[in-house]
Amino acid sequence: MPEKKIRVLIAKPGLDGHDRGAKIIARALRDAGMEVVYTGLRQTPEMIASAAVQEDVDVIGLSILSGAHNTICPQLMKLLHEKGMNDVTVLVGGIIPEADIPALKQSGIAEIFLPGTSTQDIVDFIHKRVA
Amino acid sequence: MSEQRKGSTQTVPPSEASSANREPSAKEQAWEKNTLQPTLEQSPERQAEFTTISGHPIRRLYTKADLPNWDPDRDLGFPGEPPYTRGIHSTMHRSRLWTMRQFAGFGTAEDTNQRFRYLLAQGQTGLSTAFDLPTLMGYDSDHPLSEGEVGKCGVAISSLADMEVLFDKIPLANVTTSMTINSPAAVIWAMYLAVAEKQGADWKKISGTLQNDILKEYIAQKEYIYPPEPSMRLVIDTFEFGVKNTPKFNTISISGYHIREAGSTAIQELAFTLRDGLEYVEWGMRRGLDVDQFVPQLSFFFNAHNDFFEEIAKYRAARRIWHKAMVERYKSKNPRAWALRFHTQTAGCSLTAQQPYNNVVRTAIQALAAVLGGTQSLHTNSLDEAWALPTEFAATIALRTQQIIAHETGVTNTVDPLGGSYFVETLTKEVERGAWEYIDRIDAMGGMVAAIERSYPQREIAEASYRYQVAVDKKEKIIVGVNDFVAEEKPLDVLQIDETVAHRQAARLKKLRADRSQAKVDRRLNALRTAAKGKDNLMPFLYDAVKSYATLGEICDALRDVFGTYEEVAIT
Repeated sequence: MPEKKIRVLIAKPGLDGHDRGAKIIARALRDAGMEVVYTGLRQTPEMIASAAVQEDVDVIGLSILSGAHNTICPQLMKLLHEKGMNDVTVLVGGIIPEADIPALKQSGIAEIFLPGTSTQDIVDFIHKRVA
Repeated sequence: MSEQRKGSTQTVPPSEASSANREPSAKEQAWEKNTLQPTLEQSPERQAEFTTISGHPIRRLYTKADLPNWDPDRDLGFPGEPPYTRGIHSTMHRSRLWTMRQFAGFGTAEDTNQRFRYLLAQGQTGLSTAFDLPTLMGYDSDHPLSEGEVGKCGVAISSLADMEVLFDKIPLANVTTSMTINSPAAVIWAMYLAVAEKQGADWKKISGTLQNDILKEYIAQKEYIYPPEPSMRLVIDTFEFGVKNTPKFNTISISGYHIREAGSTAIQELAFTLRDGLEYVEWGMRRGLDVDQFVPQLSFFFNAHNDFFEEIAKYRAARRIWHKAMVERYKSKNPRAWALRFHTQTAGCSLTAQQPYNNVVRTAIQALAAVLGGTQSLHTNSLDEAWALPTEFAATIALRTQQIIAHETGVTNTVDPLGGSYFVETLTKEVERGAWEYIDRIDAMGGMVAAIERSYPQREIAEASYRYQVAVDKKEKIIVGVNDFVAEEKPLDVLQIDETVAHRQAARLKKLRADRSQAKVDRRLNALRTAAKGKDNLMPFLYDAVKSYATLGEICDALRDVFGTYEEVAIT
């Protein structure tokens, strides 16, 4: 039986439209053999949580550059919990001040990838985590 | 050629197979045989192939063989004269330095007003306003979608009351101001004009720049509200209003900056920006505006990335293309419409979060390219901008960088110091040719709006951006401190914007809505809605609405009622 592909939702929450990073990651994960769904821009936490359920994903990758992470991430984690999606791995990529990282991890974000991260590091992290 | 490019899978634009028909002189051939070959045999070059950061191939050496039939009088010309390769003024920076215009905005209007006054006190010569995401998207600070975003990426402006605070004690009659706002540009401009009027500044004399470039929003930055058609109508409304009322104001800044930041190559940045420019000209002409009257109020905005010579070639080529298009395509008779004036910002996307002090060096080199390329105004990024909006400390170094280039390096002593360089002239020619190929292709699609609707520029940029990322991941392109020369380091102290900004804004809005005449606001919003359904120029209606202290969100909602909103097809 062929191995089940890892399913990833790449989401761009908030009002920001800078989607270069989200698109690069979506493509890199796809090139690494994962099944990737990209939500497009300006997704609310509700929209992301619903899409995660509907697409039955293993991983959610959030791209946030605007400084809204402290508002968005806890909201999303709460919604995922309410929907029983407790085993989904949530990753954040973008501009996140180091001081904010501990609280984000506390809220259940598995890892935060800062600017300059190679796409391979993200692929490796997901493989290790979702294997 | 255009057919072949449609699938956007080709990796190198066709123009980049350059210098195929080179005929080296006897002396050059002898040099190759006697000097070059023995050297290469002894020690090969570091790489099999050298390319710019955009992937454009670069030869070992450029000689007159790269410029066959090149006549400097005809092909290069003189500064201040067509085709403006050497600059749009005969004396360039000998007479007047570029405007040092640092982009600033954060928190509330009070916070940014203070930063503005600080920057002016440090010798900055123009203002440039960054708005926060809710403002850019036409939402008030207390809208549910604004949560977590108020004052973060720029200043929060929800009404004329905020705008009055933003420019408090800043004389708009003397200071030129640039405003980076697009979808709601006409509304924000109406607020600016209302402040100017209140200060007693003459609209005929005030000067500044409204970014107002909606096309690059669909292409790259993605802060759009309405569909292309009504958005373009709003842009042309500002052109028409500007010609009559504010002849010194740049009603648009046609921007390649964001296209480049989204990952385009230099040629794509140039081509898509200039083709956007042609699109605006054509829509203006369809409105019945006279090219020779409204085009002098259009300005441009380019990125200054790391690849020094490629950037300089890009600015030189931009002037050549614009001149040619104005004269040949639109039969313009006014030299003021032929001369492409541009602002430059150093490349935010080139800054590294790692070893951030290195960013001062990157920015200095990028700024130097902009100056050598003949820029009219310049923003230099601050060293901490891969992390956050700049602290005052970092913003001051960025401004000092420009002052050092202007006053210490001597590069401003002569016009176009690189003119006549075999390399720079060849690269200018190649970049220009590459851009024309894209422009022709977009023409064939029916113009830029049509090209955007089929995601053509979006796809081209995504391809280039991914190609570059792969090259970085494979270390084919080195980024110091990121994929080589890595070191452990301490985190930087950065500017933090807390949620009290949002609370202060919400309180102010509540008070504003209580104090104003709601009947007047409703009347003016209804008048705006009615006008939006027809064909009238909307600027006077927007002006009346902002003067009644209708909020940005209310005004943008009134237009949403009529125009609807736009959703892009997400591509990856």
